[in-house]
Amino acid sequence: MPEGRGFEVKTVEEIKAAIEAAVPGAGVEIVTNPGPSAQHSLRLAHEHAVAVATFLRDDEELALDFLSNVSGVDWPDKEIVEKVKVTRPVTKTVDGVEQTAEETVEETRKRVEPGSLEVVYHLYSMAKKQGPVIVRMKTVNRTDDVAVPSLTPVWRSAEFQEREVFDLYGVKFTGHPDLRRILMWDEFKDYPMRKDYVEPDDFEYEPTAHDEVAARAKAHQAAAAQEGAGA
Amino acid sequence: MAVDEGLKIEMGKQGVLVTSLQDLYNWGRKSSVWPMQFGLACCAIEMIAATMARFDMARFGSEVFRSSPRQADVMIISGTVTKKMAPQVVRLYNQMAEPRYVMAMGACAISGGPFKQGYNVLKGIDRYIPVDVHIPGCPPRPEALLHGLIMLQEKIMGQKLTGADRPQFMKADVKGLYPVPEFGEHDLKPSYNQGVWPVTIKTEQ
Repeated sequence: MPEGRGFEVKTVEEIKAAIEAAVPGAGVEIVTNPGPSAQHSLRLAHEHAVAVATFLRDDEELALDFLSNVSGVDWPDKEIVEKVKVTRPVTKTVDGVEQTAEETVEETRKRVEPGSLEVVYHLYSMAKKQGPVIVRMKTVNRTDDVAVPSLTPVWRSAEFQEREVFDLYGVKFTGHPDLRRILMWDEFKDYPMRKDYVEPDDFEYEPTAHDEVAARAKAHQAAAAQEGAGA
Repeated sequence: MAVDEGLKIEMGKQGVLVTSLQDLYNWGRKSSVWPMQFGLACCAIEMIAATMARFDMARFGSEVFRSSPRQADVMIISGTVTKKMAPQVVRLYNQMAEPRYVMAMGACAISGGPFKQGYNVLKGIDRYIPVDVHIPGCPPRPEALLHGLIMLQEKIMGQKLTGADRPQFMKADVKGLYPVPEFGEHDLKPSYNQGVWPVTIKTEQ
């Protein structure tokens, strides 16, 4: 057993190879964790996720019979600013003769990397006393295509936790038997754990306001004063 | 009508009890304040401890925790009120018979406490129902709850049965139903009851 790896018997590379042998074209990607824990994980492709999960559960060597945790991750849209060196032809007049020369210029480019939602599953084996093996799945974006396949048919314990991820992040699990909100009320429309969630403005009375709360209370009072003046 | 205090004490020394109907009535009420059996979070554990043998809330006539709001006199809001729970708390309060009292126990029931900035926590139950006694603490010790109960008893003793400043339960025309908030798309609707919030503090002269 390698140092600091818990009770893992196989490395992610070995698990990946085993999956690809069992499920052809599984499309499993390794996501490395650069931190000291070095808990690398496997990203599953949507179309083979249930087959791969079934293999992980039923394989005799892995026997990952226990799903301990399902969590959601929100990756917001990211604006990436990068400096690129561009070579372009420039026409110059040298001694009255027009010459075309190549010139290298540095350009600043901005691009927006679209965000997505991610679901992370932590798997353990009770039979083999090993784990965790971490698998994850990503949605296409975080607005309209937010579906990932549900793993509830494979691990029953995913049911409530997937409902919680649906409730707080808005990930739609296809194949989930009962996808309803679990913590917030049914009429609720927002997804509170997303990074761009705006909480209701109920800062009208803050007896010991400080930092962010003080700023919010001040903004509320300004808005209320403006509303009062307009009415 | 009012009995002179000195005369009352003097008569008492001679073995004659002089009292007013109001004092007798309030003494009876304050000596059997029945709380509602209803806990919300960790403060409920301290509330339970306060009723047990070590602290013994029965000494103050308050041992009978009633499971029905119809039979309860005081509602101890013992813990965090989530926005999902708030309509039920208001509904239970509406079902209690007058005269009824509310004790907000702990930081959460008073203001949302450490969970105040959460998306799911009500920032104090006094946004929806009137609170008689606030007991600070996180959670308050059983002694603090007992002190809160004694404060409530003092409040009951001070209530007048007649006159313009008599409490709400002595006014026949006041309905005493508080609007139950509804689940909205982003927050509870309304986010507070305008009749009770913000609290206006009356300074006694």
